[in-house]
Amino acid sequence: MRTLHHFHGGIHPTSHKSLSTHQSIARAPLPKSLVIPLRQHAGEAAKPCVNVGDHVLKGQRIGTPSATLSSSIHAPTSGTIASIALHQIAHPSALPDLCITLIPDGKDTWIKREAVDFLALSANEMQQHLRDFGIVGLGGATFPSDLKLRHPIKVDTLILNGAECEPYITCDDMLMRERASEIVRGIVILRHALEAGEVLIGIEDNKPEAIAAMHEAVSAAQLDYAVVAVPTIYPGGSAKHLIKVLTGLEVPSGKLPTDIGVQCFNVATALSIKRALDDGEPLISRIVTITGNVEHPRNYEALIGTAFSDLIDLSVAKRDTNRYIMGGPMMGVVLPAVNVPLVKSSNCVIAASDTLFPPAPPALPCIRCTRCAQVCPAELQPQDLYWFAKSNNFGKAQEYSLADCIECGVCAYVCPSHIPLVQYYRYAKSEIRERSAEKLAADKARERHEYRQFRIEREKQEKAEKLAQREAASKAAAVVAPSTPSVDDTQQIRINEAIERAKAQAAEAHPKNTDALTPEQQAEIASIEARRAKIRELATDAGADDEPHKTS
Amino acid sequence: MITALWVMIALAALLGLVLGFSAVRFKIEGNPLVEKIDAVLPQTQCGQCGYPGCKPYAEAIAKGEADINLCPPGGDDGIHKLADLLGVEYKPFGGDAKPKAKAVAFIDEQTCIGCTLCIQACPVDAIVGAAKQMHTVIASECTGCELCLPPCPVDCISMPAIEERLTDWKWKHPVITLRKIA
Repeated sequence: MRTLHHFHGGIHPTSHKSLSTHQSIARAPLPKSLVIPLRQHAGEAAKPCVNVGDHVLKGQRIGTPSATLSSSIHAPTSGTIASIALHQIAHPSALPDLCITLIPDGKDTWIKREAVDFLALSANEMQQHLRDFGIVGLGGATFPSDLKLRHPIKVDTLILNGAECEPYITCDDMLMRERASEIVRGIVILRHALEAGEVLIGIEDNKPEAIAAMHEAVSAAQLDYAVVAVPTIYPGGSAKHLIKVLTGLEVPSGKLPTDIGVQCFNVATALSIKRALDDGEPLISRIVTITGNVEHPRNYEALIGTAFSDLIDLSVAKRDTNRYIMGGPMMGVVLPAVNVPLVKSSNCVIAASDTLFPPAPPALPCIRCTRCAQVCPAELQPQDLYWFAKSNNFGKAQEYSLADCIECGVCAYVCPSHIPLVQYYRYAKSEIRERSAEKLAADKARERHEYRQFRIEREKQEKAEKLAQREAASKAAAVVAPSTPSVDDTQQIRINEAIERAKAQAAEAHPKNTDALTPEQQAEIASIEARRAKIRELATDAGADDEPHKTS
Repeated sequence: MITALWVMIALAALLGLVLGFSAVRFKIEGNPLVEKIDAVLPQTQCGQCGYPGCKPYAEAIAKGEADINLCPPGGDDGIHKLADLLGVEYKPFGGDAKPKAKAVAFIDEQTCIGCTLCIQACPVDAIVGAAKQMHTVIASECTGCELCLPPCPVDCISMPAIEERLTDWKWKHPVITLRKIA
């Protein structure tokens, strides 16, 4: 017998699980059309890799991973792609998302399925195989399973989560009862991939049939896996809390289980890993519980993309049903419409009526009774977080570790004032997420703006430098000019030369009629010249005499 | 008496040296308050505050020349943050421009003539293109500052508001409906 540990808080809501466990898992009939969302996993949506009008086979890949944190999507049956368009999906926002609509041809023809020997695969090949086969965690978070095997990490303990703590949900319970040997085969593969030492299969003790079935399968396979019955307490199925109960180790805030040498998988994920490797079948269907206010609550194995309304019709909703909850009553969200498609994360749909789930009385002020703090499994102070979220004091909420809140809803369950606490935490979390995204965008914008200014400044400087260089070059040319006269200088020299020539010519020229003159003529010229000289002399004298008159 | 005096003088000289050394050693370049204010501003670089960018506005606030309620993209929340940071009273929005829904520039590529005027106007280099080539906006880098609108000679840039998508959808603040009981 293992010594089990306790986590803080938790509650014991009425389980209502027996409603849907009387009947075995039924295979849902092939619907008339399947709407397959491309975002069915944590991270980025898959990229469609088929065209409208293409004929696809069952298990053919129709969406490829678009990022590291992404996964593949496959055709759940053979048929024709009718459209790739926006379609309403199972999301509380009621916003549409990109979906592939497939019209089945009714033949259900598989692609070529090949079994792969997992022992012959390298770690990388195994991851790639799971990625190509669209394997994601089926416990609710839909985290791509290949990434959980990615890090070269040392895992001492592999934990299989079959706790299924939330009321009404029984899909994992029925899966373990009916397909235990397949799950165990999947665990063998996972243990090999992780090279894990110890394997623990945690199942809450309100599922004795599942525990017995898993025991039997483990001993039939002659394995040393421990099937551990854990006490039934909500939220004991949360990975962190199951790890605490089974090993006594606590996953530190902001860290991953692998940081403390533990890795946790849902039992349904183990089964889908087995199918991907042993049978060559991608993840194209899942078990979903249809329960609550219906005539025949039951688990169905349904193809991904089947409308919830088809499944509810099989179980026949009672007259007074007025809404449908996807997930459990504690953490689930109300479906925006009933015809939205089933996705990889859909574990349960509860038909709800006002008699089954009476509307909460109006919220009253918080009386600080701290009952919420007593039951909080994350050991937070919900009453303070509520106060901070309500007053938009998000910085303080972060200081009080709002990020560690798992939104399990036990605080709201015990609140005597009926305050919708989880709604406040969800609101605060999404505001914080948006603000940090905005902050990142602002930082990027600042960086780009500063770089732009730096670039403009640099360009200016470069231009100024070029100009200065040119000026320096022309100055240098002027200094060197005498030895190598520039164009302007030679022109000036030519002009000067021409002037010189003209002057010389003028000096050489003589009036032609001065040659061969008679002595009388020469005497006359001389007398004229003498008179001219006299007049010039007088004129200059007069000019000189005039000066004092002018000034006086 | 003399000893005490000497001790005090020696002490004063020693402490003075320590202070002088730390003043040189731990000198802070620039005004740290400007950096802090700049970190709160939304970095749209839109100039709606009357200053040519977020940093100049931050400098003006630090100097006490500008009010804290002039930044429309920062919104009411931004004024609260600035008031908290500076330890002053919150003021309602006071500028000419009013805060509006977040938007991103969109160039109608049919109409664009490739004049590069918007590229020169964009403060964050979020428009790509070349002379006589079609331009386009890198939507993820656009801050929605609208500075590219006035220089466009053919008015081919519009500012469609960003619609809520599944990836950035937010949970709303819980609303408690009151029922009339009497």
